[in-house]
Amino acid sequence: MVDRSSPPTRPPLSAGSLTLRLAGIAVVVAAVAGAFAYVNGTLDPQRLTPKKLINVLETNNGVHPGFRRNHAKGVCVIGHFESSGEARSYSSAQVFNEPRTPVVGRLAVTPGNPYAPDSAAPIRSLALRFTQANGQQWRTGMNSMPVFPVATPEAFYQLQQAQSPLPSTGKPDPAAVPAFFGSHPEAAAFLAWVKTAKPSASYATETYNSVNAFYLVNAAGQRQAVRWNMVPVAQDAPGATAPEGTDYLDKDLVQRINAGPLRWQLLITLADPGDPVNDATKVWPAGRKVLNAGTLVLEKTQPQLSGECRDINYDPLVLPAGIEASDDPLLAARSAGYANSYLRRTSEVSQLPAAKQEAQQ
Amino acid sequence: MSTQPNHFAPLARLLHWLMALMIIAMLFIGAGMVASVSERHEWLIHLHKPLGAAILLLAILRLAVRFATRQPPLPADLPGWQVLAAKASHVMLYVLMLVLPLLGWAMISASGEPVMLGSSLQLPSIVAANAQVFAFLRKAHGYLAYLLFLTVLLHLAAALFHAWVRRDDVLDSMLRGKDRG
Repeated sequence: MVDRSSPPTRPPLSAGSLTLRLAGIAVVVAAVAGAFAYVNGTLDPQRLTPKKLINVLETNNGVHPGFRRNHAKGVCVIGHFESSGEARSYSSAQVFNEPRTPVVGRLAVTPGNPYAPDSAAPIRSLALRFTQANGQQWRTGMNSMPVFPVATPEAFYQLQQAQSPLPSTGKPDPAAVPAFFGSHPEAAAFLAWVKTAKPSASYATETYNSVNAFYLVNAAGQRQAVRWNMVPVAQDAPGATAPEGTDYLDKDLVQRINAGPLRWQLLITLADPGDPVNDATKVWPAGRKVLNAGTLVLEKTQPQLSGECRDINYDPLVLPAGIEASDDPLLAARSAGYANSYLRRTSEVSQLPAAKQEAQQ
Repeated sequence: MSTQPNHFAPLARLLHWLMALMIIAMLFIGAGMVASVSERHEWLIHLHKPLGAAILLLAILRLAVRFATRQPPLPADLPGWQVLAAKASHVMLYVLMLVLPLLGWAMISASGEPVMLGSSLQLPSIVAANAQVFAFLRKAHGYLAYLLFLTVLLHLAAALFHAWVRRDDVLDSMLRGKDRG
């Protein structure tokens, strides 16, 4: 600048005054920086953060670069959803109002280790991304259990910690999980279910449940609390048990889908007033009204390391207009935790093993 | 030739203080939401996106106002290194307030999620869905937000230094439209 304003004619500050003024500036800057460090968690080490949630999964399962930190082993599925129109009066979402919506999904087993045998846990999961004609998406991650073991992210974190290997032995404390459940009576419904649950022989014969509640919102703005289930049209003969080997689910799925598309009915259960919508550990009483919203049709599979589902974060809070989250605290934690896992694994895509190899199988 | 103004134009001052509030709120919202698993995470993310879009629009308007109005000169006796620091940090602030919203928009696009500013208001995707591009943009968004926060702190410290230590008219030129009595 050529012509700057004239120099000030203020008397110089005394050493004491200068120190005080510089200290004042330091205090203001430190206060803002301190508030920021509190908000970002640095000065609040007790807070449960997405990073801690994913770290404990890595502690328990090992780090498998490029893979999801939970439900690490799975397969992509491609298909579409055929709306029956039955949910139309409850939700303005296009998925219920258009005859057909394309779907990219993923069937998976729950462990965070992608090399775990299919029989390692009795729970299977189905994640779906519906892409509506208007560009909005509905993403949902469903599980074959009817309820969740815990109601809050803090309890989920403690349950994971109870399964962490101890530094002294390298193995989890066998008493820790029973002790956890002893002090968490809300897990009763889950524990009753898991006692009878067996690892199924097929993804195709499982029912997948939203577990968390949501709201359907219609064009008039009326909100209805709901949970949903994907109920298979295929049923195994009673007593069908898992075959030998560790990777039977993929083979079974490919075999079935090569024989013809696989179908599920989307059943949406409407809550009565007073049914818990913020507690995924509680079943809703029988006799609730159920909508048959349409049919999920899965037409082909793709390997998870090269398929379209690989780069999708099935965040249950990616919702179209017409579906809204409930105040179930697990939903926000799932969204936050998945985002952290997604950033880790998308940063590691180049480290994925033999993506091409699997694609050729 | 007209004389140099003593103060920033009223519209420039309004934009400065409005955006100061919005940007500081935005930095705290961003830092808080990625460190939370509670309902706050969801609530903050729903604020973060439309606020970011508003900051981008205002930053473009502000750049236009900057070029269309005259700025008061820095004090003539300001040491050269402080002149340089002032100019560099102002360029940095402008660049970051434009780049951060664009990075946020681009990273959501690259993740394959629809870019939603509300339950129905959707922006077009500006980058094709790609996991590795997402990871790069997401990290750049985070690191540059920290750089913006540090630049804002420096800017705040410098403004107070002008007001309390140098006791010149620099802070005043952004605070009011009249000379000090």
